[in-house]
Amino acid sequence: MELILALAIGVLVGSGVWLMLRPRSYQVIVGLCLLAYGVNLFIFAMGRLYVGAAPIMPKGGFVDPTAYADPLPQALVLTAIVISFATTALFLVLMIASRGVTGTDHVDGKERHS
Amino acid sequence: MINTGVAPDHMMIAPILIPIVAGAIMLFYNDRNRQTKLIMGLVAVGLTFLASIELVSDVKSATEQGGTVVGLYRLGDWPVPIGIVLVLDRLSAMMVMLTALLAAPSLIYAAAGWHGKGQHYHSMFQFLLAGVNGSFLTGDLFNLFVFFEVMLAASYGLMLHGSGPERIKAGLHYLAVNLAASLFFLIGVALVYGTTGTLTMADIGRALYWLDDAERVLFHAAAGLLGLAFLIKAASWPLCFWLPPTYAAASPPAAAIMAIMTKVGIYVILRLSLLVLGPDAGPSAGFGAPVLMIGGVLTMGFGMIGILGTPELVRKGGYLAIISSGTVLTAIGFAQAGGGSLMLGGALYYMVGSTAAISAFFLIAEPVSRNDEGDDDAPVEDDGFDPLSERWAPMGLGTVEDTTAPASQRTVSWLTMSICFSLVAAMIAGLPPMPGFIGKLAILRGAIQDNLSTAGYLPMVLWVYAAMLILSGLGALIALMRFGIRRFWAEEGPAPRILALEVVPVVLLLGMIALQTVRADALLGYTRDTARALLEPGVYRKAVLAGAQDVRAAPVSSLAPDPAPAPDEAPEAEAAAPETRPQPEPAPAAEMASPETQVNP
Repeated sequence: MELILALAIGVLVGSGVWLMLRPRSYQVIVGLCLLAYGVNLFIFAMGRLYVGAAPIMPKGGFVDPTAYADPLPQALVLTAIVISFATTALFLVLMIASRGVTGTDHVDGKERHS
Repeated sequence: MINTGVAPDHMMIAPILIPIVAGAIMLFYNDRNRQTKLIMGLVAVGLTFLASIELVSDVKSATEQGGTVVGLYRLGDWPVPIGIVLVLDRLSAMMVMLTALLAAPSLIYAAAGWHGKGQHYHSMFQFLLAGVNGSFLTGDLFNLFVFFEVMLAASYGLMLHGSGPERIKAGLHYLAVNLAASLFFLIGVALVYGTTGTLTMADIGRALYWLDDAERVLFHAAAGLLGLAFLIKAASWPLCFWLPPTYAAASPPAAAIMAIMTKVGIYVILRLSLLVLGPDAGPSAGFGAPVLMIGGVLTMGFGMIGILGTPELVRKGGYLAIISSGTVLTAIGFAQAGGGSLMLGGALYYMVGSTAAISAFFLIAEPVSRNDEGDDDAPVEDDGFDPLSERWAPMGLGTVEDTTAPASQRTVSWLTMSICFSLVAAMIAGLPPMPGFIGKLAILRGAIQDNLSTAGYLPMVLWVYAAMLILSGLGALIALMRFGIRRFWAEEGPAPRILALEVVPVVLLLGMIALQTVRADALLGYTRDTARALLEPGVYRKAVLAGAQDVRAAPVSSLAPDPAPAPDEAPEAEAAAPETRPQPEPAPAAEMASPETQVNP
């Protein structure tokens, strides 16, 4: 599982960075999305990997913490997902506006003719 | 528990709550009631300012009785390493006050017409203030991320306020850069949590002691990634190329308040580098200090070249912000490497003055370089927006332009403008009576005094820094003087029409700068005490972690090892590590459980 998760994060971040450095705004937004997914998985992995363990403990009595997953990274990931989703949506609006105003989808607002 | 009784409990959260509530209430009003919203905004800023006075006087008064005071506000009353805390110390109180002081002039300027150029200007402005104040006050790394995003989300809106192709293009770049920076921030936060098992800033410094070598490398990677994110915000070279076009494209009142945003990045670097990686951090002491020193000096150089090279006045403002960032960042680097408190105190004084001056500069740059010939509707810009409005209508953006009449029609003479411009320029260049000069002098004096007394000689990088301090001031002076001569003396023709509302904020900021000169001693004393407190992170740590329960039970004030660890610790930590974990270490889950389920000695 570690290998699969590590590979997934690596592939997502790698392709995200590559796409983000491309000149078309659509590629940039897809790249940012992929990068955000990779980062979210990474945050998740930082709480260590658990299989079949609940993150929420019952109230009262002694609880063996080893039987539970770390809930904090899950909360962090939830927040991070919401925030990156919202900012990506804003980026999308801006991208469409830029396309409408400049007539091109180049990030600089004009084609670079060599 | 040295001071939770001294610091005001609920006053601490007021600088965050007031703007959020004010901004939310404004949303219930039709956006055309801009005068109402303006008054509400000014009232909210005034209340925030009063709260910040209260906070500053609280941190100050307790200090005079001996010892540094750190106020703690536990959100939801959760125990410390578990819940999120707000922490108030001298630095955060000062920054909150500075924010309120910069906000009022910017709002008044917006009343001259800019707030009518788009939707919901006043709400976004208040949300920006809430985010900035929250970033200054929070003591939790992930909460910092959330407040950062609140601030950035509002700043995207403010930056695009008024729309137009230029803003959209610059806004696209700004947004992309900041999204990427936020992701770096997140990776850093996750790594910090993964290695230290905590996100409370004060606790990180303590947990750092227990890291083994492999984890320490990971922690350093985390610190590097966080530093990258904040250096992008603080606009350190080579991460600063987004700043001049963005601030030049933003409307003047938005740019004026965004001047504080680079300082948020600097604040976080200052806070974390001294609290976590300061001189008492053991093997991690001084991590990143060379980057701050060398990067800061290069930033100053880049800003100087930029300000001399660009013909546009607004862009010069962006480069001035970069110079100011570089100056403070270098001083932070020196302080982290053990450069003493005098220099850092001078740098903090300089930061307050230069932020106000840059804010004033952005406000004055647009009227001064305005080129209309006495027409009415002063802040009208001709960016060819109209032909495109049809394309905008389907997106609900067709109502972008409903320019309201300015709150007051009084105008001022061109001579007033030129005097204000020369005063702002003198401040920025650091000419003698101004705080820019006093700040630089305090930095240099502190640097030389401390280094001569401890090391006996001045290191090379300090010579370069001193030279850059003076050269960057000279560069700014030449650039602004050249512009002023061309604009005010050499230009013929009718002077543009300047509303009084556009000059009043500049005069207010100049008044604040003048006050900093007259009361330089008091402010410099305050910033020096602040620097001294920052260089003793043990007090901060002790105040935040007083009563904290932790399985590792490290001593909070110094990072020396505990001579006699409690006997039940090690087995508990062993047991807490589940099988899937790569290294045995105290599990965060064990901490989460302890206050509820176990009685910790």
